Amino acid sequence: MTFDLILLQIFTGVALGSIFVLVALGLSLIFGLLTIVNFAHSQFFMLGAYVGVAVLGLTGNFWVALLAVPLIVGAIGMVCERVLIRPLYGRGIDYPLLLTFGLGLIILELVRIVAGTEGIPFNTPEGLTGAMDLGVFFFPKYRLFLIAVTALILVALWVFLEKTPFGLIIRAGARDPEIVQVLGVDVSKVWLIVFGIGTGLAALAGVLAAPIRGVFPEMGVPVLVEAFVVTVVGGMGSLLGAVIAGLAVGITLSMTSLFYPEMTTLSMFVLMAVVLIFRPRGLFGRAGVLD
Amino acid sequence: MSPKDVLTISRRTLLKGAAFGAAAGLAAPAYLRTARAQSGPIKIGFPVPITGPYSTEAQDQVRCAEIAIAMFNEAGGLNGRKAELLVRDDKLNPGEGATRALELIESDKVNFLCGSLSASVQLSVNQVAKQRGVIYNSISQSDSINEAADFSKYTFHEALNPHMTAGAVGRYVFPKFGKRVAFLVADYAYGHEMARGFRTAGKEFGIEEVVEIKHPLGQTDFSTFFPRIQAARPNVLVVCNFGRDQLNTVKQATDFGLKQQMKIAFPVLLFSQRLAGGAGPFEGVFGGANYYWGLEDKFPSAKRLNDAYRAKHNNAVPTDYGALGFAGIYALLEGAKKAGGTDPDAVIAALEALKYDAYKGPEYFRKCDHQAVQSVLVLESKPQAQVKSQYDVFNVVEMQPPEEKFLRSCQQLGHG
Repeated sequence: MTFDLILLQIFTGVALGSIFVLVALGLSLIFGLLTIVNFAHSQFFMLGAYVGVAVLGLTGNFWVALLAVPLIVGAIGMVCERVLIRPLYGRGIDYPLLLTFGLGLIILELVRIVAGTEGIPFNTPEGLTGAMDLGVFFFPKYRLFLIAVTALILVALWVFLEKTPFGLIIRAGARDPEIVQVLGVDVSKVWLIVFGIGTGLAALAGVLAAPIRGVFPEMGVPVLVEAFVVTVVGGMGSLLGAVIAGLAVGITLSMTSLFYPEMTTLSMFVLMAVVLIFRPRGLFGRAGVLD
Repeated sequence: MSPKDVLTISRRTLLKGAAFGAAAGLAAPAYLRTARAQSGPIKIGFPVPITGPYSTEAQDQVRCAEIAIAMFNEAGGLNGRKAELLVRDDKLNPGEGATRALELIESDKVNFLCGSLSASVQLSVNQVAKQRGVIYNSISQSDSINEAADFSKYTFHEALNPHMTAGAVGRYVFPKFGKRVAFLVADYAYGHEMARGFRTAGKEFGIEEVVEIKHPLGQTDFSTFFPRIQAARPNVLVVCNFGRDQLNTVKQATDFGLKQQMKIAFPVLLFSQRLAGGAGPFEGVFGGANYYWGLEDKFPSAKRLNDAYRAKHNNAVPTDYGALGFAGIYALLEGAKKAGGTDPDAVIAALEALKYDAYKGPEYFRKCDHQAVQSVLVLESKPQAQVKSQYDVFNVVEMQPPEEKFLRSCQQLGHG
């Protein structure tokens, strides 16, 4: 057990955690601002990968896919919010929860019908294949890229929410929708856009994960569990929590598989249980949400 | 957590109980057993997991089984008696498999059963078949189906078993690439039996096991296991997993540069996963197989199957597991022809004496455990530069001959 090995293992965990962060971010954003537990989130993740395959097939360019996928799936998410979820606002948290659960099943079956059950190859994009020498060890270029993209999105999201007028409206709408409405802001439009951003982020995570995990209809199923663990550990609705918890879960999985591989899957739930014992609202959970 | 994990829980606990419960209720005395029709069409029940993670393989098994039926019928059947295939979805679930098998026997009055694509499902189908006295030809890998505890005279096993498959691959890669061996094993029956096969074969060459890592079925990310494997500096990494796990392991291992340091060998290298993954990730990976379509240059029977398949399915070729669907049905129907009817005891006697060439050269069923003694291929995945057509993906680097010495002995299995 050398220092290099432990360092590499931590780094692997960070790369793994990046995907968790991306998926949990959208889930947490939608919950934090709309108080909707979006059970269809993982299917938007899967849809992102499939739309990525389609765009890649049409254009042959991974970068175009990376830009187009969140826009296309975000738009689909907005249609879902407008048509399906909006009528349920003000009816209690379990209505949209059940609705999105069903919506997820429908998306899954539609993809199976349209694209088949067999799975589709998705190659690592040109230029990002192979490993890079980091001095101490070699690390896959694509995973380094993944860490970088996640960091970039985090910065962009932070700037958008904290530094732009629109971000100000979103934050105000989350705290007190009634007052914001009285001030002449159309809150339903704000929620529509937030839902679009959340699903777009899920889709982006899906297309980013595709070269590593492959593309198949059931690819979202484990993701939903991971995303909820991360969201609960970080605190429902907290974006900072999603980031810290995503990386923590990644590193926990990675270190467990170094010392006790059989327990890898379990370790994530142990972490969740321990956090919930000491902080029932998660690491950065706010009082009043889900109490 | 993944769909396959959920599946494992139900496989191992919930429904296994249900399966054996159902099977136990079926332990009817011989005089209660339904008489099978000795005239009319020969019905063969075919339970396979048409939905679920192995659906790709299962659907190809159905396509190939249909070819065997059509071939038999076009040749005039058995004195004019035609064969009929009754396909059912076992959903990769032992309880479902047992129920479907029971319905096929009781309501549909099938003469034979063939199918299943998982050790646990084939064992539960086998339970039902042996208690009802219906011949079952199993077409999925399993070691325990050969063992005396699960065996009955009605049990036949057309598929390879892990002992012979892993043995063939191990005997090829260990002397060639080195003695330091790392194991990455899917934590369920398939993985364990395959790893045992590699270890048994490795003894001969004095292999040294440098690390063993078990992973849950349906793992999506293998990256966290790689640093430890790399640190152990193996010559060969033996990966005992199946289906999409295989594809994900290969893709991610390639990204991490594992192939520069070691050779990767699977017990079974799947044609379907190679097609889904592309040449790059699979380049230089070794693995075993019951069949590869390229055998047609050597064996007329392989060409016969490929040509029939091409004609019906848009010039595609049968997969390895698909071809087992053909061979399973073919052997049963050959047995019925030799027996001159479908009486179980006569067909069993005929199958035990049968020498047949279904799709890849000579085969026969060993008398004590009804294992099909057959060749095992060792494949190497081609680099992109060597690939000449869509389906031209493997080189057959070795063909282990159909000999009983590569099987566990009848005594080891507990027969007599």
